[in-house]
Amino acid sequence: MNLATTLPLLLGLAWLLPLGSFAVIVLFGPRLGRRGVGAGYLATLAILAGFVLSAVATLGWLSEHPIAAAGHGEAHAAESIPPICGEWYTLAEFGSLRITIGYYIDSLTLVMFSMVTLVASCIHVYSFGYMREELGTVTDPMVTLADGRPLERRGRFCRFYQYLSLFSFSMLGLVVAGNIAMVFVFWELVGICSYLLIGFYIERKSASDAANKAFIVNRVGDFGMLVGLMVIWSTLGTFSFPEIFEQVRPAENHHSLVVPDGMVLAGVKAEVERIVLDAPGPTEAKAAIAANLPDWREQGHGRWLLILAGLGIFCGCVGKSAQFPLHVWLPDAMEGPTPVSALIHAATMVAAGVYLIGRFYPVFAPEVLVVIACVGAITLFMAATIAITATDIKRVLAYSTVSQLGYMTLSLGVGGWLAGLFHLITHAFFKSLLFLCSGSVIHACGTNEMPEMGGLRRKMPWTAYTMLTGALAISGAGIPLLYGLSGFHSKDSILAQAFSFKLENPSLGGVFFWTAASGAAITAFYMFRLWYMTFAGQPRNEHVARHAHESPWVMLGPLVVLAFFAVVAGWTLPVIGWGVPTVLEQARPAGTALGAAGRLVTVPAEHVSHLPPSIHIPVSFIAFLAALAGFVLATAFYGLRRLDPEDARRTFAPIDWFLRRKWLFDELYQAVFVRPVFWIARSVAAVDTRGIDGVADGLAWVTRQVARLDDLIDRVFVDGIVNGIARRTCRIGLGLRSLQTGNLRQYVMWVAVGTVALFVLISLVWDFAIAG
Amino acid sequence: MNLLTQPVGLAHYLVVGAILFVAGVVCMATKRNGIGVLMGIELVLNGANLNFVAFGSPSLRADSQYAIGLDGHMAALFVIVLAAAEAAVALAIVLSFYRDHATVDVDEADELEG
Repeated sequence: MNLATTLPLLLGLAWLLPLGSFAVIVLFGPRLGRRGVGAGYLATLAILAGFVLSAVATLGWLSEHPIAAAGHGEAHAAESIPPICGEWYTLAEFGSLRITIGYYIDSLTLVMFSMVTLVASCIHVYSFGYMREELGTVTDPMVTLADGRPLERRGRFCRFYQYLSLFSFSMLGLVVAGNIAMVFVFWELVGICSYLLIGFYIERKSASDAANKAFIVNRVGDFGMLVGLMVIWSTLGTFSFPEIFEQVRPAENHHSLVVPDGMVLAGVKAEVERIVLDAPGPTEAKAAIAANLPDWREQGHGRWLLILAGLGIFCGCVGKSAQFPLHVWLPDAMEGPTPVSALIHAATMVAAGVYLIGRFYPVFAPEVLVVIACVGAITLFMAATIAITATDIKRVLAYSTVSQLGYMTLSLGVGGWLAGLFHLITHAFFKSLLFLCSGSVIHACGTNEMPEMGGLRRKMPWTAYTMLTGALAISGAGIPLLYGLSGFHSKDSILAQAFSFKLENPSLGGVFFWTAASGAAITAFYMFRLWYMTFAGQPRNEHVARHAHESPWVMLGPLVVLAFFAVVAGWTLPVIGWGVPTVLEQARPAGTALGAAGRLVTVPAEHVSHLPPSIHIPVSFIAFLAALAGFVLATAFYGLRRLDPEDARRTFAPIDWFLRRKWLFDELYQAVFVRPVFWIARSVAAVDTRGIDGVADGLAWVTRQVARLDDLIDRVFVDGIVNGIARRTCRIGLGLRSLQTGNLRQYVMWVAVGTVALFVLISLVWDFAIAG
Repeated sequence: MNLLTQPVGLAHYLVVGAILFVAGVVCMATKRNGIGVLMGIELVLNGANLNFVAFGSPSLRADSQYAIGLDGHMAALFVIVLAAAEAAVALAIVLSFYRDHATVDVDEADELEG
């Protein structure tokens, strides 16, 4: 099997099938099947076919590139399998700038493809149950019309699947993209899908506000990403991944990070210009520049451009992956339908930022990695603490998502490339599982508020125990050093890497490690708090409990599938060695395995963290104990009710208030950004209505007065002259009328007298007339 | 200068023409009968004609060497033809008027009064 030709074909097909489904639903949606139910079948078939194709592609890859036998050795770390790169289509060429639809396929791409298509397939199937009422006429109790009745509208089943298909296409395009410009295009496409789906219940004010918030906050991050793109293109002259990586980590330099020539030259522009002006010809100038290049690089010229490029790209990831300080949009995004929250705002799109950090990893300098790690650490701790006090079941999960994304970011920042992406994959499974379970609960209870629930375990056992699996997986349950659920393996490797980082940089690394470890404890606490409040104990609201019922099989099936993967996604098969971490290891960017030494920090090599005696054993036990502590505390508070949560709330009232207000981020942004913007808008509006409108109105008034004056002149003078002449003529005519008597003899008399008079007159003036 | 003692010359002709003219005008102005008015017109035209002929006659003019031909006579002939045509038309009008009003009194013809 020739991978270089088959893989692009398979993945390209898997990528374009959802686009086809989207196009068909857009054109014929409501006419497919009864009330458009066929749209759902079509979209589901497309994504299922995509999953099969991705799985075939992955198996093909694994058969060509078997897992290296060496377990945790240094031998395999240096060796990575070259990716399959190429272009499907060239959109445009401007000089050296090529905008292409290309592909960059390595094992990371394949794993992401399989994960995205699998999770998306489950969610497509689940939505048949969850969105069933959208097939008919929907009554939305959360929207009250002016006359006090709830809104009634037509169902939007087709539209839902249409957006899901578009999203699947965009997400797969983002993953398969072969250049950073194409990534940016699909980055924006998943953003617009997210916008459309958050605002799915568009009539609800909260939903449309949340959609706007998500979109606008993401623009802030994308601005940074555009800056990064500009730096990359203006200094490196290319967008293509392999070309960027080749310039940043040249093979002749053993793939270690160097400042590329383009950036060095951009850093010393003035000197380059001087050399070009002084040199006798272009050849000599080139030679002189080439001779000076190593010195300049040694002096650190242009290094800031490399850091700026890295920070810019990371800025985009901060927006998309809801990292501090742009995390505020994700909890609000829970206004969308729950399957959407599971697919877009938990498993795939928000992970795209982390994926991009992983994909662009070779370009990040150690200084950038420190920033990434700091952002990740802040995010993971802050979001986890907010999740403790949230009562909306979906918001708890949303903050949990933010926190877990912080874990991934932290991991990548401290050099744990593999650990971060491994956690991305496992998190996608257990978090989409948790969201779908919460969707099932919401479907049964008709409310999001956990204080209204309780005791649902007996009513809906499948949901309860699949959700328990998810909660155990995210808490990292397992037997230390042996096997555990998926979260156990990925979280362990993150903590191990953080510990290894701590050994190299004691002060900063200590903060990172203990933040991550306490985050693990908080994670276990809020997850079990959620589970106990929802499923354990006695029903708190009789009405809700009476109407609760287990969801139909079309919803439970995906739960079971995802629960299975939430358990096993972290395992590595014995003998053949297949497993997410081993497969991902094949995609490790060349040169990043060895770690890096920067001015601020030293990023340790990742394989060091697998050394059992010094790092792995203590970390495993710390992680286990942290999770256990969280679990025990949650059980004491909410399971066994030995401790009263109200008591704790009163004791720590200021902290509780601070957490309930979500660290005051919304208030802060309201005060710092939103209000000033409104204020500026209002002042501009005032200038517009008072100043500019005033001038325009004044001009109109002056014009009207001038016109009135003109009118007066016209009427009085011009008309007066014309009418006066006419009146005089008329009066003379009337006067002369009396001369015409009709008496013939009189006429003759007049003729005779007139003639005589003429003669007399002529004789009188004759002399004068002739002589004068 | 007494015309009666002079040999017949231009002045005599002019006097006769003037008398004719004045008689015609007075006739036009005083007659109520339409036919009489037409007669007055004939008198006026003939008075004018007499002047044309007199001024045009080489034997009556002192500066006869400058007279170049028959221009006075031509004018007189035109007037005669014109008078004939005018008389025909005017008599037709009178006839038609008589048919309408059963009279030829011009004082009755005041339909065009202003």
